Amino acid sequence: MSAATQTAATAHGTHHHAPALRADHLLIAEMVRPGSRVLDVGCGDGALLQLLEDTKGVDGRGIELSRERVNACVARGLSVIQGDADRDLADYPDDAFDYSILSLTIQATRQPKTVLENLLRIGHRAIVSFPNFGHWRIRSQLMFTGRMPITPNLPEQWYASPDGHLCTIKDFATLVGQIDAEVEDAFSFNARGRRMGVKSSLGLQNLFGEKAVFLLKRRGKV
Amino acid sequence: MAAATSPLIPTGSLTPETVNRLREAWTPSSKVVQFDAPLNLDSGASLPQFQIAYETWGTLNADRSNAVLVCHALTGDQYVIGKNPVTGKPGWWETLLGPGEPIDTDRYFVVCSNILGGCMGSTGPASINPATGQPYGLDFPVITIGDMVEAQVRLIDHLGIDKLFAVIGGSMGGMQVLEWCARYPSRVFAALPIATAPCHSSQNIAFHEVGRQAVMADPDWRRGEYLVQGTIPKNGLAVARMAAHITYLSEEALQKKFGRNLQDRAVRTFSFDADFQVESYLRYQGSTFVDRFDANSYLYITRAMDYFDLAAEHGDVLANAFRNTPTRFCVVSFTSDWLYPTRESREIVHALNAVAANVSFVEIESNKGHDAFLLEEPEFFATVQGFIDAAARHRGLIHGRRT
Repeated sequence: MSAATQTAATAHGTHHHAPALRADHLLIAEMVRPGSRVLDVGCGDGALLQLLEDTKGVDGRGIELSRERVNACVARGLSVIQGDADRDLADYPDDAFDYSILSLTIQATRQPKTVLENLLRIGHRAIVSFPNFGHWRIRSQLMFTGRMPITPNLPEQWYASPDGHLCTIKDFATLVGQIDAEVEDAFSFNARGRRMGVKSSLGLQNLFGEKAVFLLKRRGKV
Repeated sequence: MAAATSPLIPTGSLTPETVNRLREAWTPSSKVVQFDAPLNLDSGASLPQFQIAYETWGTLNADRSNAVLVCHALTGDQYVIGKNPVTGKPGWWETLLGPGEPIDTDRYFVVCSNILGGCMGSTGPASINPATGQPYGLDFPVITIGDMVEAQVRLIDHLGIDKLFAVIGGSMGGMQVLEWCARYPSRVFAALPIATAPCHSSQNIAFHEVGRQAVMADPDWRRGEYLVQGTIPKNGLAVARMAAHITYLSEEALQKKFGRNLQDRAVRTFSFDADFQVESYLRYQGSTFVDRFDANSYLYITRAMDYFDLAAEHGDVLANAFRNTPTRFCVVSFTSDWLYPTRESREIVHALNAVAANVSFVEIESNKGHDAFLLEEPEFFATVQGFIDAAARHRGLIHGRRT
């Protein structure tokens, strides 16, 4: 996942400080029922898992690509494995979790569609957040500079960024329709975690939302 | 056992080191418990009676919920902490266990027993066969990792412990951890299989076979009856250890430590003397091993490791070994370990994921090879500490976060 979407991994050992709470984590935490089973795919330094364990009493697990971050997570007592969303989700049985979460990670997977299908297979609900490539600042940078946009949400040069599959909110909504999932809740938000008005149209959300989060379930599932 | 001190063998022809070692095999200086109910083995054979030598540290709490079982590796023993009575050296895992260490003996009641088939006081091929009054030698039945665990279960029952807080072990100790979790899931709250594998690979069996052939090719092995005949197959056992020792290190570690340096000489001698430092080092490792280990035990234990295949015991599906497991797992591997490579730890993790078990998995960056789990690796210690502390909070053994 891109560096700016992660706070730096805390130093491991017995001494650690809780990292500052991230706005998007707080929004995701609102969606999670207390005491549920949660798999956080691409859990980074474990800040979201920690938040969910501390405030929602969840039974949380994580998968993270970076060995250093995994080791830091385990050293702070979280159940995290070193693994890869593209490769390792296939191992999990159906309905193993109440929620599978993919927080600002889908754009860095090799096969976002397969990953999303796996999330919905493993979890009763999937919560997916991503940076919105349809945001006006990105559109205008591309329009006026003719170069790949660089923003606080997407800080890397095109050749250094792990984000190979960026999408807009509209693109994501289309994918959701293609994989037999339905949207239970969705909204966009800005860097301070302020939600766009729920009444806003998809087009406005796609223009003004910096990031989006979707709560999904399989079609027809209660 | 009553016959344990039987001096029927001609110890007069043995070195003082060997005599001391045999004394520890028969009447260990650690705690020891005798079991008179037969132990039925995976082979179909049974041991009518057996003894288990063990050590403990710390205090068992009132509700008996703070016990940690440490499982030792191939040539380890129950002396995890403190001076080893045979080698005189410090315990083999003092880096990880002790007061204030990641496995804190001020908080946990730690138990480690010499494995069945070992030579440090638990019943093994060097023990006296009650039927003959002589050392078992090759009359000792071939055992498995599962048999070792069943013997440990008797000990844990004897200590009045229903559920272990944690079972931890590296290498062959890790195999015992996995076997504990597969056979007695409800008796293990947390498990740490370290630098281990769900089965022994063909390459690992091959290395063990080289070691066994070296022992058995030594004329002093006497078809396993060397103790009765007053000999020790020290050359064969030393060669076995030399070959095995290479597998515990990494190419990088060997190259860094020895390179092509010559040993106490400026030029090559054009002989088969130990010109190179690495040769001298291996010869030393081989010769000191002979003073502390029984050759037949080496055969039996390596065989038990070769036979280990957890998936095969569960319909060839590894995940079946862990179905519905309530245990919290922490699987650890080391980057330069080519004996039990990360790939094999990952197989364990995949199987645990397949049953949605609670699992952590870390790969520790190290250039020290397989032996890294015994050495100073701060990142490894932090992992163990974090996992154990979290498990202890869930078990109600500690409250709040340690700072």
